[in-house]
Amino acid sequence: MRYEYYSNLVLASSVVVYALAMFAHAAEWAAARRIGATEKDERELVRAPAGEIGGAESVDSSESSPSTAASRPASSPRVEQFGRIGVALTIIGFLLSVAGVLLRGLAAHRAPWGNMFEFTITAMVFIVGAYLILLWRTGVRWLGLPVTLLAAVGNGLAVTVFYVAVAPLVPALHSVWFLIHIVAAAVSGAAFTIGGVMSILYLIKKRAEDRGNVDGYLERLPSSRKIDLVAYRFLAFAFPLWTFTVVAGAIWAEYAWGRYWGWDPKETWALVTWVIYAGYLHARSTAGWRGTRAAVIAIIGLGSFWFNFVGINLLVSGLHSYAGI
Amino acid sequence: MTAIKTRESAAESSGPTPRPELPRLGWRGGLRYLWTQLTSMRTALILLFALALAAIPGSLIPQRRISPVRVSDFLNEHPTLGPIYDKIGMFSVYSSPWFSAIYLLLFVSLIGCILPRLGVYARALHARPPKTPRNLVRLPAYAKADIADGDQNVLDRAAMALRRRHYRVDVHSDSIAAERGYLREAGNLVFHSSLVFVLIGVAIGALFGFRGTSVVIVGQGFSNNLTQYDDFSAGGRFNEADLAPFSLTVKTFDVKFETGPVQRGAARLFRANVEVTDRLGAAPRSEVLEVNKPLRIDGTTVHLIGHGYAPKVTVKDAQGNVAFSGPVVMLPQDGNFTSLGAIKVPDARPERLAFEALFLPTAVLDEQGPHSIFPDALNPALFANVWYGPERVETGKPENVYSLDTTGLSQLKQSDGQPVRIALAVGDGVNLPDGKGSIQLDGWVRWVKLQIGDTPGVPISLIALGFAVAGLCLSLFVRPRRVWIRVGDDEAGHRVLEVGGLDRADARAGLTDDVAELAAELSSRPEDVSPR
Repeated sequence: MRYEYYSNLVLASSVVVYALAMFAHAAEWAAARRIGATEKDERELVRAPAGEIGGAESVDSSESSPSTAASRPASSPRVEQFGRIGVALTIIGFLLSVAGVLLRGLAAHRAPWGNMFEFTITAMVFIVGAYLILLWRTGVRWLGLPVTLLAAVGNGLAVTVFYVAVAPLVPALHSVWFLIHIVAAAVSGAAFTIGGVMSILYLIKKRAEDRGNVDGYLERLPSSRKIDLVAYRFLAFAFPLWTFTVVAGAIWAEYAWGRYWGWDPKETWALVTWVIYAGYLHARSTAGWRGTRAAVIAIIGLGSFWFNFVGINLLVSGLHSYAGI
Repeated sequence: MTAIKTRESAAESSGPTPRPELPRLGWRGGLRYLWTQLTSMRTALILLFALALAAIPGSLIPQRRISPVRVSDFLNEHPTLGPIYDKIGMFSVYSSPWFSAIYLLLFVSLIGCILPRLGVYARALHARPPKTPRNLVRLPAYAKADIADGDQNVLDRAAMALRRRHYRVDVHSDSIAAERGYLREAGNLVFHSSLVFVLIGVAIGALFGFRGTSVVIVGQGFSNNLTQYDDFSAGGRFNEADLAPFSLTVKTFDVKFETGPVQRGAARLFRANVEVTDRLGAAPRSEVLEVNKPLRIDGTTVHLIGHGYAPKVTVKDAQGNVAFSGPVVMLPQDGNFTSLGAIKVPDARPERLAFEALFLPTAVLDEQGPHSIFPDALNPALFANVWYGPERVETGKPENVYSLDTTGLSQLKQSDGQPVRIALAVGDGVNLPDGKGSIQLDGWVRWVKLQIGDTPGVPISLIALGFAVAGLCLSLFVRPRRVWIRVGDDEAGHRVLEVGGLDRADARAGLTDDVAELAAELSSRPEDVSPR
């Protein structure tokens, strides 16, 4: 009982810390926006006498903004400071959320993936973990705002709406496939989510690029082409793993329910999600479907994944309904 | 307007109206046109989305194969919508013609797509890397390095370095052409071909497989022939003689339910101890059957998929003779195993008897009526209505053993006209009014629902899926890349080495780094390397 209490405590704290991290990143962007605005004004002012500076504007904005920001010592440390606070808070939130999952496992004497609550907190650990690794390796701080928002909302929903007290598993879950199937689902879910968030950012950035008014938050995002590539890498990683998740689920279903595929709502939506992402991969190599259309497909795929996870659990009754939800 | 007028006048001037000159396809050309359309990537995309969309209604509307009861409920609740749904196959989406059409078209499109690519790939297996382009500097990645004038074997070293990196290498007189990543297309082809084999496996299972269920009372047995099944479905090519000749007896069945405050009543353990006899005359062996641990007997799989209660009752008729004695299987209606069934006593004389019964493992009688509040048998009780009627000739017509058809029967009533309601705890017995006989609840046993089946195509599908995932990984993670290296003199007359690279797959990184690294490795003075 004590483990469970502390698990809930650290998870609730992680929600608060993620929310604070989100505010820090929001402040970072707000501060950066102000710089962007003043910088633009000044640029326009100096453009007339010095013709060369006008040419600098055509340089990819994501590349140019750090250097121009650095040349303005008065305000750029604030952007940097907010950004670092955001990252530090994200790391604290991540550690709390890892502790929450581990304590939950200790409390239950089993892997903590037996219900929607436990799956959500685990998936959030994978999402934020993937973001932090990416941040460390390639410095994608522009993902900070959406990821912390997602983590705060995800863990927040988990501790408030999805919460169920610790309990042992029903016999249908007593299987080694319990670990394999669910971890694969959580990891691919995390990658789908990051890929989907990036696809949303891609659409926003692309629109701004096409209209020619890239400023504020958008200015600090990489070019839409770069976002598209990173999103693709996440989804290309997630797709084989999701294929494996579905196959592992089918094998498990053969053991537990005596049929490998029975069109249970969860199974159906897993297939729908798979088919949508297969469509995404095909779209990326089809003329006329690259870019915007592919990004829209990736977002639809993410919607289908989360509907399968949340909507099917809450709306439809099927064999995947365990432990209340 | 003027344009139209001129065209009209032109038509008039040329006498009889000429038909527009359409290219004549002929039936062959037409077929070829259709085939090209079907196997195009755009069609595949559209079919994929059609498949995703078509699969959705089956998850939201009840399906006949999964929950027939909910389908009939739906039909009752929606008198207009229901029959329409029924007509367009909404209650059996996954076997409906339109759903089948989509996935079959998708597979035809897939086969049409991979067959020509197999040929192309077979030729590419022996293809050499393309010749070195004239201008390496135009390639997406380019690096230049100085080399010592006397360095004659730089191209050999380059060839070795590239071979070490798993490139296919062609050495020309002053340059090298190299290519790697052929496995990407191989993986892609393996993935798509595997999907066809998955479908073949599924089809074999559907044609030759069978699946049935049987309710077996603990202590009793099951032998594998058609008469012992409660329901049975098999593919068109299934042969009854293929049923493995085993039999089994369920010795004991252990069940545990959660008694703690959290998830109270949730199942915690199901374990059946069974004795299996592989064929007539073979020595029986003991096995444990659990959820997630099916038994495999001679190619047939036995799953434990359900359980319930069978109250043991003894019914005596008006003459005082035992007309029925034994367990009666009742079907659970809810998670707490409020179980419904019928006790039929056709042998009671002078009148036959029948009971509509409710067995409650943990019985409570409140304003909701009698119901069970816990799935385990903590306070078992039997509630029943009594029916009687003239004896009937056995017709041999099959009837539902779980529900009572009351035609030809009258309900037994008290003197005040109220129906007789019987409530029995274990060990209790009661005499029916009007000397119709008596009923006693002797005890209860559990029954298990076994699913017996064989799906022969599964290994094919499973192996194919393994190949599919492996192929998918290759096709997504292998990076096809071309590298060319040329040795020559620059404008100043120095010997230089040029390296150019080209990625043939989208979304790959590190080309520039790799090209620069290669140039540095081959150059005699690494610090002179100048990536563009």
